[in-house]
Amino acid sequence: MDLFEYQGKQYFARFGIPVSAGGVADTVDEAVAQADAVGYPVVVKAQVQVGGRGKAGGVKLATNAEEARLHAGNILGLDIKGHVVKRLWIEHASDIAKEYYASFTLDRSAKKHLGMLSAQGGVEIEQVAATDPGAIARILVDPVDGLGPDQARAWVLAAKLDPEAVEGAVDILVKLYRCYVDGDADLVEINPLILTPDGRVHALDAKVTLDDSASFRHPEWDEFRGFEELDPRDALAREKGLQYVGLDGTVGIIANGAGLAMSTVDVVSQVGGSPANFLDIGGGANADVMAAALEVINTDEKVKAIFINIFGGITRGEEVANGIVQALGRVELSSPIVIRLDGTNAEEGREILAPHASDRLISKPTMLEAAEAAVGLAGRA
Amino acid sequence: MAIFVDENTTVLIQGLSPTSQGKYHGLRNKAYGTKVVAGTNPNRAGTDIEGIPVYASVTDAVGATGATASFISVPPKGAAAAIEEAAAAGISFIVCITEGIPAQDEARTYNRLKRDFPAVRLLGPNCPGVISPGKCNIGITAGEIALPPRPGKPAVGIVSRSGTLTYQALYELKQQGVGVSTCVGIGGDPVPGTSFIDCLEAFEADDETSAIMMIGEIGGSAEEEAAEYISHHVTKPVSAYIAGVTAPPGKKMGHAGAIVSGGKGTAQAKIDALRAAGVKVGQNPTEAGEFMVELLDALS
Repeated sequence: MDLFEYQGKQYFARFGIPVSAGGVADTVDEAVAQADAVGYPVVVKAQVQVGGRGKAGGVKLATNAEEARLHAGNILGLDIKGHVVKRLWIEHASDIAKEYYASFTLDRSAKKHLGMLSAQGGVEIEQVAATDPGAIARILVDPVDGLGPDQARAWVLAAKLDPEAVEGAVDILVKLYRCYVDGDADLVEINPLILTPDGRVHALDAKVTLDDSASFRHPEWDEFRGFEELDPRDALAREKGLQYVGLDGTVGIIANGAGLAMSTVDVVSQVGGSPANFLDIGGGANADVMAAALEVINTDEKVKAIFINIFGGITRGEEVANGIVQALGRVELSSPIVIRLDGTNAEEGREILAPHASDRLISKPTMLEAAEAAVGLAGRA
Repeated sequence: MAIFVDENTTVLIQGLSPTSQGKYHGLRNKAYGTKVVAGTNPNRAGTDIEGIPVYASVTDAVGATGATASFISVPPKGAAAAIEEAAAAGISFIVCITEGIPAQDEARTYNRLKRDFPAVRLLGPNCPGVISPGKCNIGITAGEIALPPRPGKPAVGIVSRSGTLTYQALYELKQQGVGVSTCVGIGGDPVPGTSFIDCLEAFEADDETSAIMMIGEIGGSAEEEAAEYISHHVTKPVSAYIAGVTAPPGKKMGHAGAIVSGGKGTAQAKIDALRAAGVKVGQNPTEAGEFMVELLDALS
């Protein structure tokens, strides 16, 4: 789960990371009230999960209530690269002497945590990495040892942060690491991490991606939900507990297993079609799961054909076939289905499907033939 | 020979109860012929479940039965602790199929094992397990789709990052009449205990394996690292398939590890790296199976 800036800052604050005083506003009046409360000058910031909001006019400085009202009115409802602004974060404006960059994420090759720190913050770190890779100081942190102040200090010195920023940065980095580990994040990033003219270091932005697998030990994450930016198809899939990724094409795809679902998307493209989605129903392809999957795909008006690709491992072919037949009784489908059923007890499964075969329910023996049939029905891309 | 597991491997099931996943899969593995010798469950020590004796801890079970391998399918909350318990108790091969272990737990456990128990091999988490057809099956692979090596014919070793595509690979080879020495599902999580390279190294050293089939997917750089390893250390022919050619950047495709981020980890980059290392890369699993048959024909 990606957090909005204001949520990220609230999360940082729990771990003692200094952030600017501020508040959330969904209306112009709320924005002015928040601005009055935190004290002028304030920055009015659009809460969208997309980069480049400053350039798009989504971040404005206000020195009094009239300006706050004007900016809030302009920014609410603004479309930033397809993301419509529904919420603002109003915070007290900071004086900035220097802008740095700091982050933690997993280095999958090293299988350790990777910390990146740079004295060149405020710009996209990818740009710094491309133009001046030496400006990013990297450390690998062994998850068994964690990150202590001494290691953090050596890292800050290696990144050549200004001398007056060193102690503040060490403190924040140790806390940021705790936020990353104890807070079960996949990514924590501060850009910019600022040094103020009076020598304080604090987080002016917050980018946090939480690890959904750790939800079971973070009941407090519930408050972050409900304001996520989800495609309606994604929202329904999540409600049904399905692994779904919406795409733009005309062939709806249901498969069991992430790899097979990905492979199905590929094969549909290879034979000239355009996949409408990636949908993994996982191991248990019973009637409930299958009906839920068909329901999600059915809400996608672009879909012209549905390709169900099942390879029975633990899931037996006859269970899958029964699931499909029952699901068809429950969901009124607008598109025809092509099924490829293989693996454990596939024969029995095909026998169950045979009496239901029609031009709305077509069985094919291999993945390629099924993909071609589905693309034939849906039309080529 | 096969790699990692064979007819001598003795397996215990961690978290065995009358309703656990471990029981369901463990009994299937036992029915396949795997030597399932024990289960653990602190609340049921001294009982037996369908003929499998249950002990309070892995240490007790190892002491009583000499089990060498452990099968873990406990829920995500307790999985990392179960892995560490097995390693500390002297198990040398741990298979963890649990999906959804928090990434922080996974990274910590991986590094703890590397440091404190370097001789222990962890397979997974979030993997289908391992099967040496005809000898031993630990995990959730349906044994009947795997063809054992046939006398006088070359056998193939399979290593895969994806569950259902592992079955697909076994099935493609079975359709072609090709036997499999061992099929290893390393799993799709960001920190797998066993890597492609670990498997490639073992297959290269295994007398029974004549060629290797590799199934990869988008995300990370494990396939690129495998390609590099193949070009320097693998003399046996390799065919491969990479899933996710059309995956859009920035979207997780089911597996926590399957994501193209910052232009890294694309299927095309992986395919290019493997081809440069002399690997025959198929456009789909069927073609990778057909390439394997061609590679085996060229050997004889």
